[in-house]
Amino acid sequence: MRILELKNVSIRYMTGDFKQIGLKEFLMRKATRNYQVKAFWADRDITFSIDKGDMLGIIGTNGAGKSTLLKAISGIMEPSKGCVIRRGTIAALLELGSGFDGELTVRENTYLRGAMLGYTRKFMDETYESIIQFAELEEFQDRPFKQLSSGMKSRLAFSIASLVKPDILILDEVLSVGDGSFKKKSEAKMREIIGGGATTIMVSHSLDQVREMCNKILWLHKGYQVEFGDDVNGICDRYQELLDGTRHIEVK
Amino acid sequence: MQFPVITKLKQHRFLFEELVKRDFKKKYKRTVLGMGWSILSPLMQLLVMALIFTQFFGRNTPHYVIYIFCGNLLYSFFSDATKGGMGTIMGNAGIFTKVNVPKYLFLLSRNVQALINFGLILVVFLVFVFIDGLPITWRFLCLFFPVGCLILFNIGLGMILSALFVFFRDTQYLYDIFTQLLMYLSAIFYTTDHYDATAQKLFYLNPLYVYITYFRTIVIDGAIPSAELHFLAFVYAAVILGLGCWMYKKYNTRFLYYV
Repeated sequence: MRILELKNVSIRYMTGDFKQIGLKEFLMRKATRNYQVKAFWADRDITFSIDKGDMLGIIGTNGAGKSTLLKAISGIMEPSKGCVIRRGTIAALLELGSGFDGELTVRENTYLRGAMLGYTRKFMDETYESIIQFAELEEFQDRPFKQLSSGMKSRLAFSIASLVKPDILILDEVLSVGDGSFKKKSEAKMREIIGGGATTIMVSHSLDQVREMCNKILWLHKGYQVEFGDDVNGICDRYQELLDGTRHIEVK
Repeated sequence: MQFPVITKLKQHRFLFEELVKRDFKKKYKRTVLGMGWSILSPLMQLLVMALIFTQFFGRNTPHYVIYIFCGNLLYSFFSDATKGGMGTIMGNAGIFTKVNVPKYLFLLSRNVQALINFGLILVVFLVFVFIDGLPITWRFLCLFFPVGCLILFNIGLGMILSALFVFFRDTQYLYDIFTQLLMYLSAIFYTTDHYDATAQKLFYLNPLYVYITYFRTIVIDGAIPSAELHFLAFVYAAVILGLGCWMYKKYNTRFLYYV
């Protein structure tokens, strides 16, 4: 069953002087013709589909449009052209560490994050203890979140997120967090989720990881779709050649 | 009839509840004093206004303290809800750039919090009305109408402001000036009797004045306001809410680029 289909998806991204300015500055810049907005296509004409149980790896150098594409798949962004057809629930684990509220306690943040990820209150009541245990934060439950170290924050983020049971799971470089023992623990947990049969889309800069885990590859370069298919090793080899500088891609 | 907003709210009920809790806790800083302070602060404002302005305007205005309190009550609700609502998109950028949730949830949760605060002060207001010896009659039930309209008006204006704030970061300062001017134009501590008939009509261009006048007509005059006042109260709320919804719909997918 086709669980996710992208048809000719193009996403136009805007950047330029409009960020962080006030009305006065906007008018001044307009008046002095110093107001520049650049629109560019972060993704162009991406077409692919995956089936239930697939493990898709998205590879590409920086600025290839991987993260933007993930945002379109998860529904955070609307594609400027084309369409995304989803046949199931989606959970996107993007940049886990941020988005917490420093004023709230660890417990309150856990519930808020759970709610953001679409869990129910009942589910949170049942799993709260094990989340805290997994994150090794038993002693910090009622402390303000801002008192945690950044390692603790990402541990908590991971522990909450790792309970998702979506039809499609989207991972942006979050296969493992923390250091030492927690890194091992989190990677094992992630493999357990993926092994559980969820259709997974992952962005990773580690080609070894992609070769080992994925059965389909989407290769993006400067917004263009270079290759898509199940010839995992073939595509990874050609991508490696690009990284080594022995291959060049002509951008239309 | 099914409204998409209601279905979405049901779907995101847990998140909405957690957001309301978050706003509530951050506002009152988990202390009883924090809650008391939010009542105390408008009361102190009332006290100072009553002390000072009674000499100027109070002599010919019956129930002058209640007269100011009506104005203060509605103005502080309006300013709390809209000023707080303005930052809801920017302040929650960390959430909606990672999870696909409707952005008005943040605004609605902030408005719930403003409404709770308003409710607390409203109780104090009714105590004052009782102490002042004004009769509390069945007509007070009509107060649900301007309050309801003002809630919609606040949500609508909150939508407009929160969208503008994403695009222009000085919206905050401009709006501060605007609300201060609006306060002086809302006849909170003076009466409009001294102006000629045309000028008195001009006051009705100010939605806040309409809501305040509605309150005073019921509470102080003990009368049901005119049909025109009902009409104005409703139209202002509907227009602003419509405009706010339109802005959210139009710019919904563009907020992402600005944060």
